[in-house]
Amino acid sequence: MACKDRTNQQKGSRMTDTFRDHLSVFSTSLSLREQRGAMLASNIANAATPGFKARDMDFQSVLASEVGAGPMAVSDARHFATGTPGGAQTGYRVPVNPSLDGNTVELAVEQMEFAENSLRYQTSLTLLNRRISGLMQAMKGE
Amino acid sequence: MIVKNVFDVAKSAMSAQMVRLNTVSSNMANAQTVSDTKEGAYRPLRPVFETVYGDQMGQAGRDGLSTTRVREVVTLDREPVRAYRPDHPMADEEGFVYESVVNTDEEMVEMLEASRQYQNVLETVSTLRTLMARTVKMGQ
Repeated sequence: MACKDRTNQQKGSRMTDTFRDHLSVFSTSLSLREQRGAMLASNIANAATPGFKARDMDFQSVLASEVGAGPMAVSDARHFATGTPGGAQTGYRVPVNPSLDGNTVELAVEQMEFAENSLRYQTSLTLLNRRISGLMQAMKGE
Repeated sequence: MIVKNVFDVAKSAMSAQMVRLNTVSSNMANAQTVSDTKEGAYRPLRPVFETVYGDQMGQAGRDGLSTTRVREVVTLDREPVRAYRPDHPMADEEGFVYESVVNTDEEMVEMLEASRQYQNVLETVSTLRTLMARTVKMGQ
């Protein structure tokens, strides 16, 4: 009986793994988009602070390393992500027109990046919702 | 101050811009004021902004969060205009008064910029809030 329970449990965990894999790219993308949105909001908040350097992340490479699809897969918490040291691919923005006070925030650039990021967030969210409703449909068997 | 999320960012940044708007209105209100002494003349106020980073180290954190706050409000050291107005009740024994030096055009620019920055931060945070609200309803 105990043995049977364990196999059932294993089956259960395999199933949640399947669900997780099914949703993982979009959920990772969603949380990274949120993080990037906060980063861009910080840039916009500092648009008038002298000497502030605008920051941004390389979304593609961060997502790739998060889902283990980078140049070298990260399959364990103790693995170092490849790319920039520290794993978080956060960099400083190169300004189009540098200002005299050393601030590298350009509102137009930040606003456009923010708008694009929000749109892509919504796209990820929509796709995630579709996947969830697909799973629900499959479970209900309608 | 601790910066944990985008709401903390907006809170501090918007209050900093509010301080800036307040200094502008103080300056505008005192644009034509006179004083009987050179030291007593009004001098324009300006806030000094500084960045507050999200992590505890006081430098560019990995979470990417940062906001701005007013470090101090400084008075601009501008020499008051010494005008000869002997009929003025506040004139000194030589008949001079000291007028404050407030450049109204400069203040208008400052006001417009502060108001635009305020709106930008507000717009940003309301967009993120909408997205969060939609995410809460995920799967329904």
